[in-house]
Formats: sequence, C-alpha cells, structure tokens
Amino acid sequence: MDTTPPRSLPKPKAAETPRPRDERRRPRPLIRSAGVRFAFVYAVVFGVSAFALAFSLWYSTVGLLTRQVQNAIHNDATALSDHYELGGLPLLINAIHDRLLAGNPDSEGIYLLLDPLGNRIIGNLDTLPQVVDQPNTWYELPVSTPNGTVLAVMRVYPLPGGAELLVGRDVRARAELRDVLRDGLLWAMGIMLVLGILGAILIRSLFRRIIRDIATTTRAISRGDLTRRISKTGDGDEFDELAEIINDMLERIARLMDGVRQVSNSIAHDLRTPITRARARLEDASLHARSEQDLRVAIERATADLDGIVGVFEALLRIAEIEAGSRRAAFAQIDLAPLIHDIDELYRAVAEERGLTLETSIADSLPLLGDRELIQQAIANLLDNALKFSPANAAISFVARLDETTIEISVADRGPGISEADRDRATERFFRAESARSTSGSGLGLALVAAVAQLHNGTLRLNDNYPGLRAIISLPTSHQLSVVSRQKEI
Amino acid sequence: MRILVVEDDKDVAGFVVKGLREAGHTVEHADNGRDGLFLAASENFDAIILDRMLPGGIDGLRLLETLRAQDNATPVVFLSALGQVDDRVKGLKAGGDDYLTKPFAFAELLARVEALTRRGKSDGPTTRLLVGDLEMDLLSRGVKRGGQKIDLQPREFRLLEYLMRHAGQVVTRTMLLEGVWDYHFDPQTNVIDVHVSRLRQKIDKPFELPLLHTVRNAGYMLRSEEV
Repeated sequence: MDTTPPRSLPKPKAAETPRPRDERRRPRPLIRSAGVRFAFVYAVVFGVSAFALAFSLWYSTVGLLTRQVQNAIHNDATALSDHYELGGLPLLINAIHDRLLAGNPDSEGIYLLLDPLGNRIIGNLDTLPQVVDQPNTWYELPVSTPNGTVLAVMRVYPLPGGAELLVGRDVRARAELRDVLRDGLLWAMGIMLVLGILGAILIRSLFRRIIRDIATTTRAISRGDLTRRISKTGDGDEFDELAEIINDMLERIARLMDGVRQVSNSIAHDLRTPITRARARLEDASLHARSEQDLRVAIERATADLDGIVGVFEALLRIAEIEAGSRRAAFAQIDLAPLIHDIDELYRAVAEERGLTLETSIADSLPLLGDRELIQQAIANLLDNALKFSPANAAISFVARLDETTIEISVADRGPGISEADRDRATERFFRAESARSTSGSGLGLALVAAVAQLHNGTLRLNDNYPGLRAIISLPTSHQLSVVSRQKEI
Repeated sequence: MRILVVEDDKDVAGFVVKGLREAGHTVEHADNGRDGLFLAASENFDAIILDRMLPGGIDGLRLLETLRAQDNATPVVFLSALGQVDDRVKGLKAGGDDYLTKPFAFAELLARVEALTRRGKSDGPTTRLLVGDLEMDLLSRGVKRGGQKIDLQPREFRLLEYLMRHAGQVVTRTMLLEGVWDYHFDPQTNVIDVHVSRLRQKIDKPFELPLLHTVRNAGYMLRSEEV
C-alpha cells in the first residue's frame, strides 16, 4: 500500500488565483487616504490657531513693554526741553546732572547733551553711538555707560539753538523678560506641534476604525452574507446614525432578496400547475380529439388557461414594480373620496346582482399624496375578495374615514375569514388559505394590497369580523406623508 | 380600412395580418423600424399597429416621434411587451393613441384599432348620437328610444354614450373600464357585465329589437339590426 504523501504537490490555488485581499491591502497613496486628509486638516487648523495665540500673546506683551519705555523716554525728554526753554543750557545741564546723580548705579536713565558742534557737554555716554545719526528716531543698541555695557533704547531730540539731547533707557530687564517669553512660547509651540500630530494620528485611527467596521460589514454582504450588520457604538452620534441608515438599507435589501427568493419559489410551484394543465389539454386534444369541435373546445380552454397564467404574471410584475418604489415619483395630491364613490358605484351593482348588500360610508374628503390607480386597484381587490367569499344575503361593510392623520379604508365581509394562524401569511404572494383553495384566484390580491399600502407608508391589517374578514388599509394623509419623507431626508 | 403592421416577430405579425384581412382590412406589413417608417411616411394608412422594440435602428417610439414631427396624424396603437405603467405613459406621450400589452387577444386588438379609426374621422363636436331608434342628446343629457324617454344614472349615461360613439364596433370590457371608468386594471369580478346588463334592461327590455349585443369572446356591440 502506497502511503507516501504527495509531498511535492504544488498548491495551485494559492499560486494562481490572485487573492482580492492583496489588492485591498496595497497601501493607497497617502493623499488619497481620507483619514490622512482629515488628520492633515486637523493639524493645520490646530497649528494655525496655536500660532495665532502665541503671536497675539507676544505682540501684546512685548509691544506693551516697548511702548511703555518709549513713553517714559518721551516724557523725560519733554520735561528736559521744558527746563531748557525756562533756563537755557545751564538749567538743562543742572537737570541732567541731578538725574545722573539721583540715579543709583542701577538707574536706567541714559543721557547725553551735545553742543551744536557735536561735543559732549554732559551725560553718561562718552559719545553719540555711530549708528545714531537721525534725530527723532528710535534706536535700540548696546552702549557703554559707567555701569558697563547695557542694551538701551534711545532717541535724539534736537534743541533750539542747535544743541542735541539724547535720552535713553536701559532695557536689559525688558529684554530678559522678552527672552523668557520667547522661550516659553517656543516650548509651547513645540508641545502644541506634538499634540497636533498626536491628535491627527488619533483622528486618523478613529476614522479608520469606523470605516473599517463599515467596510468589513458591507464587504461581507457584497460577498453574499446578508445577515451581517454594522455594530453601533451606542453614543447616538453621527456614526451611529450612519450605521443605522446603512443597517436600515441592508434590512430592506434582505427583505427584497427574500421576496425575490419567495417569488421564484412560488413561480416554480404555482405557475407550473396552470401551465401543466394548459399543456395537458393541448396534448390531449392533439392525440385524442375526434372532431373539429373537440379540438376547438380544447384550444379555447387552453387559451383561457394561458390567459390565467398571463394574469398571474402581470400581477406579479405589478407587485414587483410597486415594491421597487419607483411609482412614488408619480405621486400626486388626490382626494380619495370621489374615487371611492366611483368604486362603490361600480361594485354596488354587482353586490345587488348577487343578493348582497353593500353598506357604504365614505367621508367627505380624503386627501392623500399617492397613486390614484394603485389605490383604486387595492380597494377593488378587497371588494373582489369580499364579494367572492360572502355567503348569500350577507352584508359587506365598506367604510372610508379620515382619522386626524390617517385615512382608514376597511372592507368587512361575513365569509369564512382567515384563521388567526394564516393571517400573517395572507399577504404573501401565492398564499391561499385552506378554505379558499376551492375558489378561483391566484393568491396575489392581498399581496398587491399590502404592497400598495406600504408604498404609501401605510399598512394593511387583517382582523376578525366575527365571523368573516375585516381588511383595513391605513394610509397616512398627505400632510403626514410629507413630514415623514422630510424627516427621512434629514 | 388600410392598416400598417410594424412588428418583427414573424408569428405574431402573421397572426395579426391574417386576422385583420379576415376582418376585411387591407394590410401592409414591415418587419423593421426603417421600412416601417418609410411606409408610414410615404403612404396613407387609416391606422398603424406598432411594436416598440424593433430591429433596424429605429424603435417604435422613434418611428412615431418622427412621424408626428412630420404632422402625420395617423392613429397608432402600440403593441408591446413593455407593460409597466411608465412604458404606457411614454408610448402615449410620444403620440400613441392606444397601448396594448403583449400577450394580447386578437379581438381586443381589432376592437381597439377599429375604435381608433372611427375616432380619427370625427369632425367637430357632435351634439346628438343616433343608433336605430335610440337617440341621445348630449346637451340636454336626455335619452329616448322610439320617442320614449329613458332615465339613466350618470354612469349609465356615460356607458351608453361610449357604446353609441362606437356603434357598429366591438367594444371590449377593458375598453369600457378604461373609457368609462378610467380604470387601467382588470378587476376579478365581472363588474362590466353587470353594468352592461343593467343598461340593457333599460334600453332593450321594453322594446322588440335588441340593440346591445354580446359578442362572444370579445365584448359588446351596439347596433341597429339593419347594419
């Protein structure tokens, strides 16, 4: 017995079929990642606002200090000019002298008085610094004083008679403060940069997590697993809302898929029977018909069978068309009252002919945003059923009323009704209750009514009429409908 | 009557052409849109039966639109497998006078074509309809037979008016539902039969000659016996 395992067998599957996962995992260009874009926008907004904050802080603090110094210098210079005007050069020299003496070694004042020839008269500077060549202009530069070299802000004021007065302030302390502030702001900027990047990364990963959840779910669904749903965070935030909307959509898709499956099953079962019958009739006729008369009868019957099949077919297509919701585009504002009067008149004659009474009550006005033709057909279907199942001499109640925001159209008969157990399934396509098997019909009537009600955001209820069936179509009035649809848009 | 059938399916076309000829009409047939348009535009027809999906680059809708753009007002009945409400609306908007969905009963098609050609000939508004000794005054809304006044409900009046306007022609149940009640679906119950039989009670019962006849497998016809 050969037990050697086929070790050298290649694994063709892995080698040949390109796995879709690979394609998905291929990193997409950074700029095309929405997560990166969001994070980038976040970082830019954060950085710009941080910079604006630092700049305004800097400007207001440093600017204020500078203006204070300049004011002090200006006031000092004005006072000295006053002295000059009052007592001429001697008084001015005295004043400067006093200021220089009064000042302690840490004094901030810097003075220099020059005669018209530019020679120093008095002051704690030896000469005018070379850079300072314009009068009435602010300068900030290091100068050497008896206290050593200091950073000074200064300005030259020309005096009447050609003399020049330089007044300045030692601003070392202010410069230090400015440096501290600058360093602090730089640090803060650095921290903010780090925070901004961290925030961006956080946002991106959050974004990706949410997207990944939606993506994995929808991908699973597109592969055919219709049971998957997007998990909600429970925060009630926008993403929850999105998850809810997507889940609603999936719910609807699943329902439609179910419908399709159900329909194809039903078609297989319920159309085969009449087709078989028609086929059998034709074959039987072609084999056994003895006379032309026989043949004609068989063909006519088969044609009638085919017409029945066509009817079922058209009803199915119509229901599908209604359920697809495309007819909503043709909705118009209508008053159901005259329409229902017409139907009542149409069916009243039939009821009377069959010895039945139609007890009708129709409200004066029944405004609805909807499809006239479909409502007509839905009501006609209910009346068709009631007439079909009513016992002799019974009454059928046909009521249409407006109940604040709901239009209720009910048709109640005294027939066999639908058993409690069957009621839920009665609106399924091709469903026929046991008691109805012997009557004609396709089992599509109530399915169409339910579809029409649903298209108008309404419902079809089937209740017991003790005995009989009470079918009630509830439709929200036009006003309510528009509110609902508006809410859905939001 | 001279009728043009534009239909690409050989079996359906053959069946329709044969049926129309048996009914006493002259029939031309085109099996694609191009030939159909050429015939329709170059010759005079009393009616055109037009399929929607046609080979030859010109479908039924385009054919009809081209025809109407040339001020050709020949009555057109669409005969199409496209049966959704939208399709019907599109067909009528393009200038079609009637729309019949496949599969169809020949009697229905014949009745509709003949009804259309009659409509095409009407010149000016009529105020009085007359069939045998039955007369209808459309202005005073009075109906008399043999000089004897007949009381009709408003809907019965409209039913009779429709039948009288199509006197001598077969009128199907579907045509009555559409024309008198404006219903575009077939109820399961024989509502039309009941209403027609009520009308018959009023206009035929007391008189010797029946005017309102049932045509087997097709519908009804209002005619005086001599026709």
